[in-house]
Amino acid sequence: MIAPPVHTGRYLGGAAVVFLAAAPLFLAPYATTTLTRMLVFALLAASLDLLVGVTGLPSLGHAAYFGVGAYAAAWFTKNVTATGPVPVLVALAAGAATAAATGWVAVRTHGVFFLMLTLAIGEIVAQAAETWEPVTGGSNGLYGVPSTRIAGSPLDVAGLYWYVLAVFLAGFLVLWLVSRSPFGAALRGIRDNEPRMRALGYATRPYKFVAFVIAGAVAGLAGGLLAAQQRLVTPADLGFTTAALALLAVIIGGAGSLWGPCLGAALVIVVRDVVGPDLGGHGPLLLGLVFILVVYLLPRGAAGLRPPGRRPVREEASRI
Amino acid sequence: MLSWLDANLVSILNGVAIGFLLFILAIGLSLIFGMMDVLNLGHGALFLAGGYLAWAVGGSDPGWGGFLAAIALAAVAGLVCGGALAGMVEPLRRRGHLDQALLTLGVALVVAELLAMLFGRDVRAVNPPPGLDRTVLVLGEPYPVYRLVLIAAGAGLAVVTHLVVERTTVGALVRATVADREMVSAIGVDNRRVRFAVLGLGSLAAAVAGVLGAPIYGARPGLDATVLILALVVVVIGGLGSVRGALIGALLIGQIESLGRALLADAASFILFGALAIVLIVRPQGLFAGPGARS
Amino acid sequence: MSAAVSCRSVGRTFGALRVVDGVDLEVRPGARHALIGPNGAGKTTLLRLVTGLLRVSEGSVELAGRDITRLSEVRRARLGIGQTLQHASLFGSMTAAENVALAVRRHERGGIRVVPVRERAVWARVDQLLAEVGLAGRGGVVAARLAHGERKQLEVALALACRPRVLLMDEPAAGMSTAERTALAELVRGLPERVTVLFVEHDLDLVFELATEVTVLSLGRVLLTGSPEAVRASAEVRRAYLGTTRAEPLFLPPVRGGADVPTS
Repeated sequence: MIAPPVHTGRYLGGAAVVFLAAAPLFLAPYATTTLTRMLVFALLAASLDLLVGVTGLPSLGHAAYFGVGAYAAAWFTKNVTATGPVPVLVALAAGAATAAATGWVAVRTHGVFFLMLTLAIGEIVAQAAETWEPVTGGSNGLYGVPSTRIAGSPLDVAGLYWYVLAVFLAGFLVLWLVSRSPFGAALRGIRDNEPRMRALGYATRPYKFVAFVIAGAVAGLAGGLLAAQQRLVTPADLGFTTAALALLAVIIGGAGSLWGPCLGAALVIVVRDVVGPDLGGHGPLLLGLVFILVVYLLPRGAAGLRPPGRRPVREEASRI
Repeated sequence: MLSWLDANLVSILNGVAIGFLLFILAIGLSLIFGMMDVLNLGHGALFLAGGYLAWAVGGSDPGWGGFLAAIALAAVAGLVCGGALAGMVEPLRRRGHLDQALLTLGVALVVAELLAMLFGRDVRAVNPPPGLDRTVLVLGEPYPVYRLVLIAAGAGLAVVTHLVVERTTVGALVRATVADREMVSAIGVDNRRVRFAVLGLGSLAAAVAGVLGAPIYGARPGLDATVLILALVVVVIGGLGSVRGALIGALLIGQIESLGRALLADAASFILFGALAIVLIVRPQGLFAGPGARS
Repeated sequence: MSAAVSCRSVGRTFGALRVVDGVDLEVRPGARHALIGPNGAGKTTLLRLVTGLLRVSEGSVELAGRDITRLSEVRRARLGIGQTLQHASLFGSMTAAENVALAVRRHERGGIRVVPVRERAVWARVDQLLAEVGLAGRGGVVAARLAHGERKQLEVALALACRPRVLLMDEPAAGMSTAERTALAELVRGLPERVTVLFVEHDLDLVFELATEVTVLSLGRVLLTGSPEAVRASAEVRRAYLGTTRAEPLFLPPVRGGADVPTS
């Protein structure tokens, strides 16, 4: 359930990396660009999965850290340097800092409160992006971001793709290592049964906070890639629709596996970019219908990982 | 001090008016949340639907007939939508919070988009009904009568809700359900009916609030998300299922939205988050959550 | 030598309901101390006041002479209070071995690291613990798929992994088959002397088989503390359980599955 058997997984993972690395050699530039967008969004979805699937913290505001990273990278590229990978590292730091500043409040809450609070945090950050015009460019966003430069020359379509792929792999590797480590096991313990973790002597809040910050940092990194790829950042990139799309990718890809949400993200991007334009701007309608369908059709629901049967823990704790 | 009050009187009164509007919206959200443990993200869309209804029924200059008809229609529509939503949530009762939130989110997106398709992307402004579209002098400042009436109506509703929840049998059931849902079903109360009633009435309040808010906010795409977030913040601050908490939270957020934006335009978002953070640190369950409330 | 656990005038109210009322309890080091009493006597609540899941309304709780009244459940667990819960409460999506590993890592080296070090020692200890509770060879099974009795055994393994000084067990034998029950008794008897056990149990055969000391609770108060023999002979206890002094046999086990916890 957590991952495919180690060996199969390794071969599949290796094959996927080889395929991804070779893709620009046989794909048309347009397809390469689509694949670039997929990688950016996949990293966001994987980082959200660390929260939703691994730690059991369903965040509705994860796009905030993605957006902050994107703004930070765009601003830095415009005003300081376009030399890669400096802007995405700035984005990583910005995502981590924002997640740390807001996460310590969020991890104090549980259940519906956590959903509400992350939603509110996401919207507040989006509002801030819209109103803080001198830095963010207000509702126009930051545009005219220069191309990322490696070794002094700007990246072309394939170069940008490889740049994004390399950063994606690094970010994904971090998430994967965290999830497979003893620390990751503790996060899964919190997801399955937080009261029991406390009874074992785990102070669970710091664990959740660290997971929140790591997820925020990687989301920020993904945002940095977005800035490099779009060369334009608008308030929509940290808005609720982005957060909802990322959540959708996690859910349809299978929460908790990290790689599943990446596939989910690819699907979401295909639908958004290929089907979306034919909807005449009614994308949210499709998104809403998909959410309704997903909730009813997925056999065990969005969390996917909850073991069957009753969940005595909550009752235990809530009896009191 | 007095001159400061003078200078900001309009902002303060606006804040109170927004606060009462938020209260009507938040009380439904809070009770749905407290009694059913469901985060209803469709609440904002219902508010927006109420706003469009006001415009569709009465036009941009509604007469009393049109305005009251809009309120009545919104009440009926809210009740029906709430009932339908309860029916949709019913099969998901054993699932996690996320599933229920995603369902209501899906519904909210669909409703908002359908409204945008029906009414377009422009702001649909609605004037107050005749007689209320004037201004009066409050401490020497001209102020719209409609907003004063809204304040009075909101205050009246707050008192009525408080009395119903604290003094009646139905209210006792509400309080008991917020405190311990399983217990209430164990003593033989038909939880299913309670759930339909709570979602129905909560949605009714949201739709009616939309009509009442139309002369202030108008109706436009995106308004649903804005008011939903504010109402969520109110509920987090006030504590779930608490009438007093919803009222005080709503009045506080109203002031942050109005006075805060007037004085510190750039920082209003941060003040909003700051208020949230402070409340959650001091009182993790919200300011007025009952002893049985769960986090 | 001070008591392993002592409760002094411990009380707990839920609203107007006084569930635990001025309880004094001394659990001697190395004891197998049973808490018995009719449904609603406050046994589970008292255990939770010791584990820290619940806070006392009055009185104080000490662990080996140290006042732990104000400490959180997490701190108490780290000081050596292990527990098994009434309803097996596990990490459902993980295997039995992964469940135990969580507890082992927390207690064997004082915390969790991102970098996996000494993992080999952790898994060796996990295997040892699983074998100890009778789950050898079942480590690879996902906890949610274990049989009821096995889950209770796994609970014990989790508690033991914490190297507890005091082990609190809430109805460890509830829902177990006879064979599983025998194995459990064996296991508890086989625990080293340094582990003090305080347990709530409805199965009085098991209580009198295992306990070195018995405390009878009724309506939140201590009725009697004494040796199993003394408790067996007490007329007062008889009245509390049966409302009469004449009924035989002495102890009718209470109805299984009845709500024992006051639902406030």
